[in-house]
Parts: sequence; C-alpha cells; structure tokens
Amino acid sequence: MAVIEVEGLWKIYGDDPKAARRLAKEDGLSKAEVKEETGSVIAVNDASFEVGEQEIFVVMGLSGSGKSTLLRCVNRLIEPTFGEVYVGGEEVTAFDEEQLRNIRRSKMSMVFQNFGLFPHRTVLGNVEYGLEVAGRERDERREKARRSLVTVGLEGYEDSMPNELSGGMQQRVGLARALVNDPEILLMDEAFSALDPLIREEMQNELLDLQEQWDPACTILFITHDLDEALKMGDRIAIMKDGRLAQVGTPTEILTDPADDYVRSFVQNVDRTKIIPARSVMRDLQDDESNESTDEWPTVSPHTPIAELLPILLDTDGPIAVRDESDQLRGVISRKAVMKEVMRNAGVNGEREESAEPVQVEAAK
Amino acid sequence: MTIDLGDAFAAFIEWLQNNLDPLFDAISFLIGTTIEGFEQVLLFLPSWVMILLFTLLAWWVSTRGVAVFTLIGLTFLETVEFAIFGMQVSFGMGLWEATMQTLALVTTATLLSLIIGIPVGIWAAKNDIVDAIVRPILDFMQTMPAFVYLIPAVVLFGLGEVPGVIATFIFATPPCVRLTNLGIRQVSEEAVEAAQSFGSTPRQLLFKVELPMALPTILAGINQTVLLALSMVVIAALIGAGGLGDPVVEGISQLRIGIGFEGGLAIVILAIFLDRITQAIGEKAGTTPTAAA
Repeated sequence: MAVIEVEGLWKIYGDDPKAARRLAKEDGLSKAEVKEETGSVIAVNDASFEVGEQEIFVVMGLSGSGKSTLLRCVNRLIEPTFGEVYVGGEEVTAFDEEQLRNIRRSKMSMVFQNFGLFPHRTVLGNVEYGLEVAGRERDERREKARRSLVTVGLEGYEDSMPNELSGGMQQRVGLARALVNDPEILLMDEAFSALDPLIREEMQNELLDLQEQWDPACTILFITHDLDEALKMGDRIAIMKDGRLAQVGTPTEILTDPADDYVRSFVQNVDRTKIIPARSVMRDLQDDESNESTDEWPTVSPHTPIAELLPILLDTDGPIAVRDESDQLRGVISRKAVMKEVMRNAGVNGEREESAEPVQVEAAK
Repeated sequence: MTIDLGDAFAAFIEWLQNNLDPLFDAISFLIGTTIEGFEQVLLFLPSWVMILLFTLLAWWVSTRGVAVFTLIGLTFLETVEFAIFGMQVSFGMGLWEATMQTLALVTTATLLSLIIGIPVGIWAAKNDIVDAIVRPILDFMQTMPAFVYLIPAVVLFGLGEVPGVIATFIFATPPCVRLTNLGIRQVSEEAVEAAQSFGSTPRQLLFKVELPMALPTILAGINQTVLLALSMVVIAALIGAGGLGDPVVEGISQLRIGIGFEGGLAIVILAIFLDRITQAIGEKAGTTPTAAA
C-alpha cells in the first residue's frame, strides 16, 4: 500500500488560482505564459504520485522547479492550492491544525538543506525538540534523543552547541532530530546539498545503510537537484520541471527510457556504471545460497557502483555476493548482469547514439 | 467650517480628563507605588553597601574594568569624608539620593516600556497590518518633542514622578518594539519551519524558538530603552519628577554652572553603568545556551 499518495496537487501563488489552473490545464499554457496572462505563479502543476512503503522516492529538479514546494505540501508547511495528499490512507489536506500537529509529531519528520538547527539549544536539546513539543517526559525524551544521536554516530556531542560542529555533523544532528520519534516518513529537502562532496557521499551511504537496517524502514521522500544523487539514492525518481513531473520511474527507466527531451538532456552524459548501484543488478537469492555457502565469494556492498565491480570480475569469474553493513547476504550478481549493464552504458545496442544528438541539448535549454 | 486640529486635541484631552479620571487615577496609583517601592529598596541599605553590591553585579555580568568604573563612579556620586594627616577631607557630589530616585524612575519607566513594548513588538512581527499601524505611531512617539506631551501628561496625571514616567515611557518604548519586531522577523525561516514540522503549537514556536533566537536583538532594544529613559531625566525634572534632573534644572534656571555640571556628570556615570550592565547581559544571552525547559 502506498504510504504517501499525492493526487492532482497544485500550488499557485496569485489572486486567481482557478483561472491560472484552467489556462495551464485546459489550454496547455506554460508556466511563463500563465504568469504573463494572469500574474499568477504556478509552483506545482498537477503533481500525482505514490510512494510505497519503505521506498526512497527522489524528486529531482533544478532550482525553481517547485520540488521543495511539493515536499512542503506533503506536511503542509505550505498549503496546497488544489489537490489531495494522503498519508497512510488519511487525507492530510483535510486535517485541522490539531490533527496536523499530531501527524507531524508522530509520523513525519523533516530534514532541511541548511540544517534548520536551533542555535540556542544544545545538540541534545535540538534532538529532543520533537518529543518536547509532544509533551513527553524529560527522562524519556533524553533517553530517546541519546539513542538517536548514537544512530547517527554523534555520541559524546550531546552538550555541544550546533555552531561548534562541522556542516556534516550539523546535518547528523538534523537527521537525529528527525529520527527521534521513530517516524514512518522522512522528508528530506536537499538534505545533503550543502555538504562537501566527500561528506555528502559518506552521508548518502550512511542513510542507505541506516534505511536497510531499520525495521521497519522509513519511507523517504528525498528532494535533490543533483542527478547523481537522485540515481544513487532513489528506488524511484520523479524528474520535475516548471512544477510538472516530467517523468516518474526507476533510475534504470529514467536512464534508458527518458520520457521527453528535457529528461534526455539530463541523463545523456551520465556514466551509468558509476552510478547504478550493485543492488539494482543483483538477483534474489536461490535456495542453496546462504551466508555460509557464499562465504568464499568476493563481497561488495549494495551501494557499490557497477564500475567498481569490474576489477573484481577480472580476478574471478564467479558470482559476487552482495552483503549489507551487518554482513547479511542480500543478493547475488552474475558476471553476465554486469556485462549487460556495461554494454548498455556503452550504447552497444544503439540507444546511446540516438540520445546524444547535440540538437536536443539545445532544445532542452 | 474650519477644523482646528489643536483645539480638537485639547478637547479630546479635556474629555479624557472628565470621563476617564478613575482610570488615570488607577494608573497613577500603580506607577506611583512602583516608583516608591523601588526608591525604598534602593535607599534601604547604606550607600556604601549599595555601591559594593553594584560593583559586584558589574563584575559578575561584565568585566573587571566595568567593576572598577562602577566602584569609583558611584563613590563620586556620594560624599566621602575621611581624615588624613589630621586634615578633614571631603569629596564627592553628594547626589546619592537623587541618583537612586532617578534609578527608580528609569527602572519603572523601562519596566512599563517592556511590559507594553515586547508584546506589541511580537504582535507586529506576526502581523503585517499591525506592523503597518504601529510603525508610524512609533515614529510619532520618537520625534514629537517631549515638551508637547509633557503638558497633557501633567493635565491627566498631575505633577510629580508619575507624568515623568509616562513621558519617559512614550520616548523610550519605540526601540523596544522595533527591535523585538526585528529580532523575531530575523529568525531564520528554516528554524521556524523545522519547529513547525515537528508539530509545535504557535505558542511553542514563539517561546521555544522565536523568542530565544531573537533574545540578543531584544536585549539590544532594552539597552536602548534604558538609555533613552535616562536621557529624559532632565525633562522629567521640569514637571517635578525630581532625581538627577533637579540639579541640572537648577543649574539652568539659576545659572549655577557647578551644580548643573555635577548633575550632568552624575547622569553620565549612571548611563555608562546601566549601558555596560545591560550590554553585558545581552552578550551573555547571545552566547550561552538557554536551558531547555
């Protein structure tokens, strides 16, 4: 069942949103044309999608594409103009203030691009904030906040002030704060965009590992402007342009079958082998494969990009075992599966030449 | 038909005087009692004990330099007599009681400014319409010459310390409102969104996030209010508020240069003391964590 359902969602800034919607929807006017005509700005244009349980759903788009607005419509930090949002089957868009506060306290939390930490509170004070406003007892919330800090690897920093920490550590605090009430849904607004490339990659891997270890895992709605990040993190990706969802699909679908020129211009120069993770080419376990029986096989993590599997396959013919952080066998990758992916990337079957014409780049701009 | 703005205002004040007299009596009583209370507290202990207490306070919240200044400065306000080599020496300005009266008046006016100014500032920060209405009123309060509202204040509250507090309040409140408003508007949008995304009520948002984050700015406003209140001391003395304004007024009216200078110097000493103390409190609030309640 879908954890988040968004149906026909619009956010329009202006005096006459109905007229703006009619122009955009029925007359097919673009965002710029609608603005010219009515003065209204369409931030989100008829967005519909579902996010499945424990899925990482990435909304990717350039700045001004409306992705952050879309995210804020889900927890109603921004009030949608039209359309519905359902969380766990409940219509969030029909909630009153009290119901909204309750669902924010218990089910959804959010991580912010510039961390959104409270500078006057200690790290622990930041992390326990959600439990504090929910009226939990001091001992209980301290205990949970400490545990949450351990999860993100920040034990020992409880009494530090946020401004004493590096950017990466500050965002760990942001993450710990979001995790403290065991949310079902994590809303991440460009959560790693403000970090250095190395720290960003570290955080991406950690979030993926955490998400695998959690039981039950969070459903994550992840916003980014970085295609590599989207492809790496997303079980499914929505590409957003001018408030509209241009395409929704798995990373492989987006790469191999772009829905329009805009998406194509994005993905055409991507070296897929460096992005597509091992988990997306691994097959499920067969009956005779267990932790023990595959003990001798070379091992990679589920997030290892395919390019890094190639040197391993030079040394061995054999299948590669995919194991998670806790050494649990997750799947098996055959040599053939890797070769297929590499061929596809090289455009051996012709897809690539077709999409690489410079004319289309021009058109997309 | 001619409409005379001045006459209309005078009529309005007369109407207030005739119809709302009990209200003004109540306000008068409240303010009068507060000042008197402060005065009694400040003059209860001998001056040298108070000087030591103020010095310790300065040392505690600020630096040693400010403490030394406080000790010397406040001692100068009192009269010190001692004998050295068989010679009676006496120095100081002998203005201790007047200083404490002024301090009581400034404290009362500042309190009144905060009690009214901070909530209005919060309201203006939350509501653009309120902000648009309050802004010109504050300009009015700050630029209208004090002598102009001194007269209606005397008409409504009589002579003495109470109209002095009212006039001081009118002049000193604007920075408190403005900086509270500014401080809350300056709180980063992400922090506000974060607080909301975790399910804060508007009250929790205000008290747990916005006010603490705006605190350094609000304290800067309070510092300004205190100093503006002090600058009204002389004008307040014209309507019988007493305190350190008296020697200055005496100096002007009787051309007694020495006495005028002493009164002025005493005001400066008190101003520097209050400024450094309130500033130090503001800086402390900006750097140390507020304990999570």
